Amino acid sequence: MEILGMGFVAFFMLLGSFLGRLLGQFIGTGGDVGGVGLAMLFMVLTVNYLENRGFNFKTRTENGIKFLSALYIPIIVAMAARLNVVGAIRGGAVAILAGGVATIGAMFLVPLLSKLNK
Amino acid sequence: MFANALNSFAGADHLIISIALVALIMFVTKKISIMMGEERIASALAIITGLVLAYIGGKITGGSSGLADISIFGGAGIALLGGSMLRDYTIISTAYGVKLKNLKKAGPVGIISLLVGVTFSFVVGSIIAVILGYTDPAVVTTIGAGAVTFIVGPVTGTALGVSSEIIAISVAAGLVKSILTMIITPFIAGLVGLDNPTSAMVYGGLIGTTSGVAGGLAATDPELVPYGAMTATFYTGLGTLVAPSIGFIIVRALLT
Repeated sequence: MEILGMGFVAFFMLLGSFLGRLLGQFIGTGGDVGGVGLAMLFMVLTVNYLENRGFNFKTRTENGIKFLSALYIPIIVAMAARLNVVGAIRGGAVAILAGGVATIGAMFLVPLLSKLNK
Repeated sequence: MFANALNSFAGADHLIISIALVALIMFVTKKISIMMGEERIASALAIITGLVLAYIGGKITGGSSGLADISIFGGAGIALLGGSMLRDYTIISTAYGVKLKNLKKAGPVGIISLLVGVTFSFVVGSIIAVILGYTDPAVVTTIGAGAVTFIVGPVTGTALGVSSEIIAISVAAGLVKSILTMIITPFIAGLVGLDNPTSAMVYGGLIGTTSGVAGGLAATDPELVPYGAMTATFYTGLGTLVAPSIGFIIVRALLT
């Protein structure tokens, strides 16, 4: 059943969200801090543990999860459409510089780290 | 009669109208990218279209929620579809395809490049935010997180409660990274020695923006794509974990 796959993801999201909120209280910011990352981490660990034990998801269950993954870019498009872009235009320079310098800088770290393997 | 029907129609089914709109955006941008011969930029193009529509919505209504301030998309429309709930839900689902044995295959150098990559982008983005006059720790952290990827930015911004305007900046920073990666990778490949599986894994871990890495490597050497993707798939998850927590704590300590 596809809903099982959706429920599987929902379970980890709720788990991550709860732990993220605990962390948020701990740091003092409130809100859900790192919950998405925690949810992904626990899901990766669980799926890999199950697969190592020879357990495989049924195709239809898997379809429920893959359906959600396929929606991720469209949802980001919807998210983009509801942001305060008018206000953000003033911050255009910071976006271009932050994204640009981070990218080009990281590219020049490639030869440095590649050497570690030798 | 027709006008009444139209009015009552526009007042209902907001979510369905929004799904149809997003589907239309995805369809049109896909076609345009194929016409341009650059199918790999379809996602970036679709997100840019979303930002442009948000700009138009903001200009028309004077509000701060982009298209969601226009009544037929408001309520449970774009605001629900593009809200943090469904965003986090779909992002988490992408962890399903992540294989831990790939991380083992990438070995220590893969893990080191992931850690260095996320830290480097976050630090660079945060420093630039500070240089350009942002002082609020939550804002600086969100912009730094945007330089990690266009997912890590909004997830961090939501956690720290920054304004929609700052989240938009963080998405734009992540988009710049993604598009720039696709464009310049083939040109700098020779310069940084991007011609073997190890350097491709290092590259995936350092840059991390999945679409950018896959697109950039495909244009360089299609055989390197799986190696870059192997490490890049862990990048956003790692970013959403550390940027709003450890990242924010450090930024806050340095700025206050």
